[in-house]
Amino acid sequence: MPRSGTSRSGLVGTLAVAALMAIAGYAIFFLAPTERTMGEIQRIFYFHVASAWTAFLAFFIVFVANLSYLVRRRQVWDQLAVSAAEVGLAFCTVVLLTGPIWAKPVWGIWWTWDARLTSTFVLWLLYVSYLLLRSLVEDPARRAVTSAVFGIFAFLDVPIVYMSIRWWRTQHPAPVIAGGEGSGLDPTMWWVLLVSLTAMVALLVLLLRQRFRLEQLRSELEELRLRLSTNPGNRF
Amino acid sequence: MKEPDGSMGIGTATYWIFAKELRTELRTRELLHTTLVFVLLVVVLFSFTFEPTREESRRYGPGLLWLALLFAGSLMLQPSFVREQNNDTLSALRLAPIAPFSIFLGKALASFVFLTVAELLLLPVFAALYDVTILPVLGEILVVLALGTAGMVTTGTVFAAIGAQARMRELLLPLLLLPLLVPVLIASVTATASLLVQEPAMDWTAMKFLIGFDVIYLAASALLFEYLLED
Amino acid sequence: MSAESITAATAGPAPADTTSVGLHLERVSKRYGLLYALREVSLQIRAGEFVLLLGPNGCGKTTLLRVAARLCQPTSGQVVWEGTAPGVPESARTIGYLGHQTLLYDELTGAENLRFFARLYGIESESLLNEWLQATELWPRRNDLVRTYSRGMRQRLSIARALLHNPALILLDEPTTGLDQNGLAWLGRTLARLKQQGKTIVVSTHSREALAELATRCVTLAAGTVVDDAAPHPSAPQ
Repeated sequence: MPRSGTSRSGLVGTLAVAALMAIAGYAIFFLAPTERTMGEIQRIFYFHVASAWTAFLAFFIVFVANLSYLVRRRQVWDQLAVSAAEVGLAFCTVVLLTGPIWAKPVWGIWWTWDARLTSTFVLWLLYVSYLLLRSLVEDPARRAVTSAVFGIFAFLDVPIVYMSIRWWRTQHPAPVIAGGEGSGLDPTMWWVLLVSLTAMVALLVLLLRQRFRLEQLRSELEELRLRLSTNPGNRF
Repeated sequence: MKEPDGSMGIGTATYWIFAKELRTELRTRELLHTTLVFVLLVVVLFSFTFEPTREESRRYGPGLLWLALLFAGSLMLQPSFVREQNNDTLSALRLAPIAPFSIFLGKALASFVFLTVAELLLLPVFAALYDVTILPVLGEILVVLALGTAGMVTTGTVFAAIGAQARMRELLLPLLLLPLLVPVLIASVTATASLLVQEPAMDWTAMKFLIGFDVIYLAASALLFEYLLED
Repeated sequence: MSAESITAATAGPAPADTTSVGLHLERVSKRYGLLYALREVSLQIRAGEFVLLLGPNGCGKTTLLRVAARLCQPTSGQVVWEGTAPGVPESARTIGYLGHQTLLYDELTGAENLRFFARLYGIESESLLNEWLQATELWPRRNDLVRTYSRGMRQRLSIARALLHNPALILLDEPTTGLDQNGLAWLGRTLARLKQQGKTIVVSTHSREALAELATRCVTLAAGTVVDDAAPHPSAPQ
């Protein structure tokens, strides 16, 4: 298998993503205007929001992969699902960590049980459960089927959780950005957000590709171990 | 009773499985007893975490009740498939010419009945301990309980089938089920709370929301349950 | 156990329908993680054959029967039931499967177990159930929980459960387990009658002796592959 070719394209991809991240970092710290009331800390917004959207994208990929596995029964869909779930969970963790860092100086508290925070937290828990379930089912085919069904149930829950929290737990300070009527974003801010989002999505693609390849290598290894472990005398 | 292709109608098969579950449970009463004791324990233990005066219990009571029910439900639902594995009776069910969904329906209905019985027995105890008046709004409360329980049982039965195929299957179900049931908890607590205030009112938004949850997951179960029976 | 001793009255109820189907396995493999339970097994069993499945523990007999009953999906290869359209619920009716485990509910009585499974097959007749309970000599204990049954009693009830819906293809995994001399004789009579009716029968056993005189064919498995496929006793009269 032409491993050298894939590692070269992997290197190019990594460099491209690094460059994008650098551009986004430069834009965030030097181009974006300082927010009037919140000050410098508001710059974390570009990481926070971009990571959130990227995490949702990753979880949507998990959902599509889960459905595809049940319909097509191809192992690649299961491999894609677990890869996207792990990478999505990483982005989701970034969201949950940057949130409090931002909230503490601005709202004076680390955490508030507002709709977005809480539903992101529940989302995070759901996909932790997804990975936990996978680690507890040994047979690969069973693992793929059970986790696909759970993944679909979990994804369906995301909008329901969000609505329920929004309707009944709305004691939250209105979302700071793009929350109320007159809270439109400065054009430069929009532009920087877009660059950050592009960088994050590029990072997602890179990580997903690496993780997916790792998963494929893992099953390839399993296959090879199988061939080695079987007694040659029993072959046809 | 029978479909043209010779297989049994889904309603008939569901009935036989439901009847079997009921008969088994009535004989052992394992689930009912453990659930009752568990919820009673939670209700009593919770009272030590705050001063259960009338005002506070009004505020915390519904949440406490539903949390106890949710935990109890996630404990009670797990055996429904583990029991079928003990003697591999699940294989016998799969061999029978019945729709796989009828296995789900029969079990879910039986769990619904068990949980409802437990709730009916606990409601007066809860009302007495926390000094809330439920009699004037009993009908409404029962509707809320039924809708919330339906949501719990629908998702819980599917996850019990998932959990039965994993290691640590006795511990897994709450971990899978509880995050998913966050919306049911919120809506049920809201609806129950609005019934236990000075001027009780039915929270129709919460009712519609619970119905929506139940319908969505019942449909998802109908589509996906079959996959979980494969081996 | 001789052919003369076979009577319908002691062997269980005799149904009118004697449909039989063949069983074709085509290059069937079944993998559990790193282990192959079956490896490229091809087996053509014609309608009406009585096949004894032999081999040591862990050679794949149980997996082969589960795959044949379509209880587990082969990793690769195909299972075809000849004479039925695959996949339609009707075909499930043609399978009579006795598993490694009892497939019975411990918390139900013997009669309740049989009644429950009969209902799932659309059988309403109480007299059929009674006949089976008498044939298995469980009639006096019919209202006791299966939990209280001995190993042999459970096995007889399991066999009754597997056969009561008059299946055309009969797959029995170690049916002799736990049976005493009487039980073995009853099993022999029952299977002999089913064979006479032209049912296709596949029986796994680790002891060749018990049912050898009924078999028309012996298939031996080792480490998931067929290593021998021959008539049972070349010298014995058929």
